[in-house]
Amino acid sequence: MLNPVAAVGRAVLSACREVGALALFALEALSHLLRPPFYGRLFLRHLVEIAYFSLPVVALTAIFTGMVLALQSYTGFARFNAEGAVANVVVLSITRELGPVIASLMVAGRIGASFAAEIGTMRVTDQIDALTTLSTNPMKYLVAPRLLAGVLALPFLVLVADILGVMGGWLIGTTKLGFGSTGYLKATMDFLEVMDVVSGLVKAAAFGFVITLMGCWCGYNSKGGAQGVGAATTTAVVASSILILALDYILTEMFFAQ
Amino acid sequence: MKDDVPKIRLRGLSKAFGEKRVLDGVDLDIRAGHGMVILGGSGSGKSVTIKCVLGLIAPDAGTIEIDGRDVLAMNRREREELNDRIGMLFQNGALFDSLPVWENVCFKLLAQKRITRRAARDKAAEVLAQVGLAASVGDLSPAELSGGMQKRVGLARAIAAQPDIIFFDEPTTGLDPIMGAVIDGLIVDVVKRLGATAVSITHDMASARRIGDDAAMLHKGRIVWTGAAAALGNTGNALVDQFARGEREGPIQMELRR
Repeated sequence: MLNPVAAVGRAVLSACREVGALALFALEALSHLLRPPFYGRLFLRHLVEIAYFSLPVVALTAIFTGMVLALQSYTGFARFNAEGAVANVVVLSITRELGPVIASLMVAGRIGASFAAEIGTMRVTDQIDALTTLSTNPMKYLVAPRLLAGVLALPFLVLVADILGVMGGWLIGTTKLGFGSTGYLKATMDFLEVMDVVSGLVKAAAFGFVITLMGCWCGYNSKGGAQGVGAATTTAVVASSILILALDYILTEMFFAQ
Repeated sequence: MKDDVPKIRLRGLSKAFGEKRVLDGVDLDIRAGHGMVILGGSGSGKSVTIKCVLGLIAPDAGTIEIDGRDVLAMNRREREELNDRIGMLFQNGALFDSLPVWENVCFKLLAQKRITRRAARDKAAEVLAQVGLAASVGDLSPAELSGGMQKRVGLARAIAAQPDIIFFDEPTTGLDPIMGAVIDGLIVDVVKRLGATAVSITHDMASARRIGDDAAMLHKGRIVWTGAAAALGNTGNALVDQFARGEREGPIQMELRR
């Protein structure tokens, strides 16, 4: 209390312990993906929960993002008489950055919170202990199928977000900004490179891993009844959102740094 | 198995959480095919003791033997094989909210693919009948059940795989006296039918006398008395007799802040 250096030291040690425990948790969950038994039914259920039921929120977000992007970039480029670059900017921004990041942030709010709350409730009501007594490894049953579903579902959602985001830009470009439909789409396709889409999908898979990992980790380690589950849910969403943004920078550096 | 080898033998079992020493050298023998009731006040370490035996908590020191085999020296596979022979009824039932009752009851059999889903429905109906519930209950969700029904379903889940050791954590807590007596009767019946060894922890003296052949008193992290459950209240041990009679005055002093 009186020694600030000791307090900082304790905080650093605690953070190191937490990161180490999280890494071990992730490794154990991944190891269960390689060893039977496999819970295919659970994996499919989580895949549908993430990929299918997140579609409306991801689709709406992507469309509006594309629309706003077209409007804003048109306004900005008009100052330099470069309005023709709107389609290029929209497709590049959506596929490389906004599609993966915004879709992942939406899924973090939906799925990260849901996983943390469900697993957290199972923890505080002894259901996770019950799994162990029923000869079922909780990591294999609760965590591994969710991780796999997250890694596979996010690229699908981001692909949908990419298409709808570009379509949002096209809609505003052709109805409000005076672009011709064919010209807008041609400019989009001419400028788009495979790497733009692929990098976004790889980011999506990484973000899917982070979202499901943080949801499961926070839920699995929740304590103290309803308040603890609430805290775990909040932490899962906040931590995965921050990690998504940090990881986005790191992956962008890896893919596009000159 | 020799008759002189207890089903479960605990020696010097110790466990501390931070500064608080919960178990301080627990020694206990539990006879095969008999019902042992572990008594003790709140926070005396009853739940921690059975969680150590179940492998849910790792003790700091001591040994746990089941059928003469050191449980703490077992590898993961051996531990899982041992868990196949163990059933557990949790205090709050710990039923899986996301599954209907029939899947809860046959969870272990389904998880180990010892039974098809179609056969599991029939098996669940059969086991539910043994605890006095209609087959139609199998289609309900745990949230639709009353407290007494949840206990019965928990009991059905504990016995569905025909274990030879069953643990009961406060089986009558939260139930009215009649329902408590009904649950106790079911416990005695199913334990007798399976020829299992039953280990119960409870505060409820009437329940302890009904379901226990033997009893042990845990106080300040140690076993301070063992004897026949029928003798509870007249053991000659001041600690046990005060606890069994629920007397305010005696050697056990509640730590109350004034």
